[in-house]
Amino acid sequence: MRQSATAKAMQRSKKAPLIIRIIRQWDVQAMVVPAILFVFVFSYIPMYGVVMAFQDYSLFKGVTGSPWVGFKHFEMFFHAPEFWGIMRNTLVISFLKLVIGFPAPIVLALMLNEIGSRMFKRGIQTISYLPHFLSWVIVSGFIVSMLSTDNGSLNMLLEKLGVIDEPINFMSEPKYFWSILVTTNVWKEIGFSSIVYLAAIAGINPQLYEAASMDGASRLRQMFSITLPSITPVIVVFSILAIGNLLNAGFEDILLLAGNPVLRDVSDVLDTYVYRVGIQNNRYSYATAAGLFKAVISIALLAFANYAARRSGNSLW
Amino acid sequence: MYLTRGDRTFIGLNYAVLLLLGFVAFYPFWNAAVISFNLGSDTSLGGITFWPRVFTWQNYDVVFRDERLIDGFVISVFRTAIGTFLSIIATAIFAYGMTKRELIGRKFYMIMSIFTMYFGGGLIPTYLLIRELQLMNTFWVMVVPGVISVWNMIIFRTFFKGMPTELEESAQIDGASNWGVLMRIILPLSGPVIATLSLFTAVYHWNDWFAPSIYISNVDLLPIQTKLQQILNSNIMLDQMANMDSAAQGRLNKMRAVTTKSLSMATMMVATVPILCVYPFVQKYFVKGVLIGSLKE
Repeated sequence: MRQSATAKAMQRSKKAPLIIRIIRQWDVQAMVVPAILFVFVFSYIPMYGVVMAFQDYSLFKGVTGSPWVGFKHFEMFFHAPEFWGIMRNTLVISFLKLVIGFPAPIVLALMLNEIGSRMFKRGIQTISYLPHFLSWVIVSGFIVSMLSTDNGSLNMLLEKLGVIDEPINFMSEPKYFWSILVTTNVWKEIGFSSIVYLAAIAGINPQLYEAASMDGASRLRQMFSITLPSITPVIVVFSILAIGNLLNAGFEDILLLAGNPVLRDVSDVLDTYVYRVGIQNNRYSYATAAGLFKAVISIALLAFANYAARRSGNSLW
Repeated sequence: MYLTRGDRTFIGLNYAVLLLLGFVAFYPFWNAAVISFNLGSDTSLGGITFWPRVFTWQNYDVVFRDERLIDGFVISVFRTAIGTFLSIIATAIFAYGMTKRELIGRKFYMIMSIFTMYFGGGLIPTYLLIRELQLMNTFWVMVVPGVISVWNMIIFRTFFKGMPTELEESAQIDGASNWGVLMRIILPLSGPVIATLSLFTAVYHWNDWFAPSIYISNVDLLPIQTKLQQILNSNIMLDQMANMDSAAQGRLNKMRAVTTKSLSMATMMVATVPILCVYPFVQKYFVKGVLIGSLKE
């Protein structure tokens, strides 16, 4: 039972009107109400602001005074010449990130688990977590420097190996962009994402391994027959979560790595498009419509993901 | 333990691949650091990989003399300190209130908070709200919108709920108020969770360059990451120009002791060092933090 003093006070106050009861517990309400007001202002007012997607929003008239135009901006967006390119880039990039970026930390965790030397393991972990804490500005700076034609390390290496004669200008060739983007993302997050899987592996009963090695199972065999099946529930939950994120192809990384306009045909995704037309070209209503389109599909995907999770017995919330 | 030959090959391969991975993870960072310590004119000759050929402090000297960069650094420090402190305190108070069973409207508050994790107004309405609130071009635009984090509230709340209720009860019998319990019992006992969430919040504040880039046009108010982004951006453009007009720019660069490349590498190092300084000390906390976060409720 929790503290009886408050419980009694609660029972006594049950009969009083709501407002009196709220005032009586002002000290607890004072902890929560300011924060809720804050959430209201910074999350719910922008949510209401979404209605500007159905208006010809003007800065001077505001959301309340601007004229309603129905689905005009949505139609414009769907018929825009860049629409299909943006959809393709969004889906392809997030698909590549999922297919390559999702299994990579699992593989890393499995490999780290096989390491006997604690010091070696800790060393690799410390190094691989580090990029997660660097800003995208720094990371993109590294990448640009690595791939630079002006004595970038990769071009130097390839020239030394005799693969190429002339340095390749990686950052302004559309055909390399997706590979660069996905590799950079894996590079940045692989270590940090492996933490969850390592923790799941740490929870496996060691007797399973003892029994298996008695029966003559090799290390590789143990990895596939004990470790991997044991962490499957975690993998399932995280893969379902990833479905809800399918339209989040990335934003900061693309903005920074695709600085060269030559890359726009392969780099423009929904989020960067909203930023470009909305913030840089001030087409507020049109950009909001594009953003809302994305949000609605994302919610549908999320609902589907949750449904799938419930069916698999691993509900998310 | 008995190892077969297959096992030994497997283990050997595993070590080799991980070693290679560790190298790939670390090399870009190491190489940038090396370039930042190498004479710029020498770097342009090529071949700088693992070790500086002509060691110099010159690049850092230029960076530390650049007042705009130092200002950016100071702004980043203030933003991180104030932003983290306010956010952690406000969110912890919020979370403690939300653990109270007697709180009227608790369910409503919770649903209202959690909904924001799945749906938001998006970039443009938020941008226009910030405009309306007169936060454009102020220091506070970097701090205020992030004060309450619903995600952190849920982690705090889970942690507080896991504390033994006897602690609260005995304090209340001794006459402590709810606020007294929070300040004198709960918070002092929440060291690990406060450390973890502070780390994540601080890293966010230190690394955020995007919000200032759209909300702040006054150069004196820009944090170092945003300034760095602008510098790198203009360097890329310079590079492209150099490529176009027969490498004239490149030749010019080669004659100078300090080049745009060596300078931007030094700036990048300056912007990274604070993270490297705290990183080793908090490693054990963030592993815990990730786990609390992934378990959620």
